[in-house]
Amino acid sequence: MVGNRLLRASALLGTYLLLSAIALPTLFPFLWTLATALGTAGSVFTFPPRVWPESPGLGNFVGIVRTLPVGRYFLNSVELAFYGVVGTLLVCSLAAYPLARLRFVGRDLIFYAIVATLLLPNEAGLIVNFITLSKLGLVNTYAGVVLPSLASTVGIFLLRQAYLAVPEELLDAARMDGASELVVWARIMVPLSAPAMATLGIFTFVAYWNSFIWPLVVLKDPDRYPLAVGLLYLQGLFAHNTRYIAAGTVIAMLPILVVFCVAQRYFMRGLEGAVR
Amino acid sequence: MRLRAELAAPLAVRGVPWSRVQTTLVAYLFLLPALVLLGVFTFYPMAFGTLLAFTEYNVLSPPRWVGVANFRQLAQDGAFWVALRNSLRYLVVVPAIQTASLLLATLVNRRLAGIVLFRAAYYVPVITSFTVAGLMWNWMYSQYGVVNWVLLRLGLIARPFDWLNHPTLALYAVMFVTFWKGIGYYMVLYLSGLQAIPQELEEAARIDGATRVRVFFRITLPLLRPSILLCTLLSTLAAIKVFEEVYVMTGGGPFGSTYTAFLYVYNKAFQDFRFGLAAASSLVIAAASLVLSLVHFHVLREGGLRPW
Repeated sequence: MVGNRLLRASALLGTYLLLSAIALPTLFPFLWTLATALGTAGSVFTFPPRVWPESPGLGNFVGIVRTLPVGRYFLNSVELAFYGVVGTLLVCSLAAYPLARLRFVGRDLIFYAIVATLLLPNEAGLIVNFITLSKLGLVNTYAGVVLPSLASTVGIFLLRQAYLAVPEELLDAARMDGASELVVWARIMVPLSAPAMATLGIFTFVAYWNSFIWPLVVLKDPDRYPLAVGLLYLQGLFAHNTRYIAAGTVIAMLPILVVFCVAQRYFMRGLEGAVR
Repeated sequence: MRLRAELAAPLAVRGVPWSRVQTTLVAYLFLLPALVLLGVFTFYPMAFGTLLAFTEYNVLSPPRWVGVANFRQLAQDGAFWVALRNSLRYLVVVPAIQTASLLLATLVNRRLAGIVLFRAAYYVPVITSFTVAGLMWNWMYSQYGVVNWVLLRLGLIARPFDWLNHPTLALYAVMFVTFWKGIGYYMVLYLSGLQAIPQELEEAARIDGATRVRVFFRITLPLLRPSILLCTLLSTLAAIKVFEEVYVMTGGGPFGSTYTAFLYVYNKAFQDFRFGLAAASSLVIAAASLVLSLVHFHVLREGGLRPW
């Protein structure tokens, strides 16, 4: 009896040790970068590596914000993510409503056309969209960065799924009272699908905050770079100052981590909805 | 209302009631922004991109039809073959990442105090940008970085390597970052697949005396096939198109040893401004991924995935 309990306890301990051992490589680069950003003395690369900074302080953060345009890049990222999130939520929720709740001519055709965008290869998108933007005069604008990805197929499906779950009686009652479809969408659908909207909003925020290829292609003026592009640009210019760049990396990571901590359950659940 | 009904009469005669016409009109107004954006930025590139592959185009002057000249040039360009070979070599990461994330999902699919924190810890690399991941791993891989220290301590290497400047190791060093960043993503997908499997099935088998390993191979794995199909497909298509990690960490070097197919597309389009040639090479990648997905469906549907 005692032996059995001991066996179970050691199995549990073993599981936790294994779980922690796996967490080590996934988290260590972040800890090292944070320690490097906070450290203000000594050499950066040491054997053994430092995870506790030497004479810790915020000097590197103050330094990089004062001497390099990291503050501007940060605000650019905020602006870009704002347009991206608001635009995506608007375009996707408008499109999802008729697909979920209205019977109209050509619905199946439209639905399968949207499904097809997930399956058909679109490798030339990067090139052709750049050409399209330059024809439209949208190169070097935030509209050019944001527009091509607003109509997110995954987003439309996610919201359609949520709209399908709203009870029909609610819609009928509203329509009886003379509500137009736009009012039904704004007053019933959108509020009742708030969790799905939050999920899509969070994923979209992370996607725009992290994106760098497309902004790099579209934006020609370094002053307009978001942080993910600007940091790479600064790394090219100031590679020798690892502590400054590490501080910039922490700044770039911080909003994402805050969102992740606050909304962790959406991340783990949201993907399921999007995949099905 | 009456007037409307009369106006709509010709349609109603043909069997389409007025309310249906009205609903259709409203529906398309709702769909308009999405349809316009999808049309311009998703469907149009598929068609125009294919056409572009047979032209010479630099944005300034109109496209000039050149037939298959771009493809002939690609076939003769050594750099393109190097890039294509590296992209195919990158597929090695797929079985590694899928096996690891499937095992990780089974490990975290249990009720344990604090398991949510461990899942979160494995997921953080997924939400990290390629910029941040690339910068951090450049430091990890440096001569006096953590990777060399750990391997020296374990006695696996005799002296520090300059990983990202090593002609054969650089590709695998970058691949590890793909692995590091992708594992949590597929873990969550497999986890939702695992949680959809009824518990009774596994419990019944356990009561009948089946070992845990046997239950995994005989019950869990076959029921998980839809998730496996989806995840391996996503992972394969991502590997053949690999770009961000390489761009951030090595830029294709040293000596082209990490130069991938999509990097070739990017350079031809945005450095050389040869959009026709870039479109032709992206068409080759598209064809390769199409072939890979067909092979993929064939293998997994025919039950090729049966190690038991």
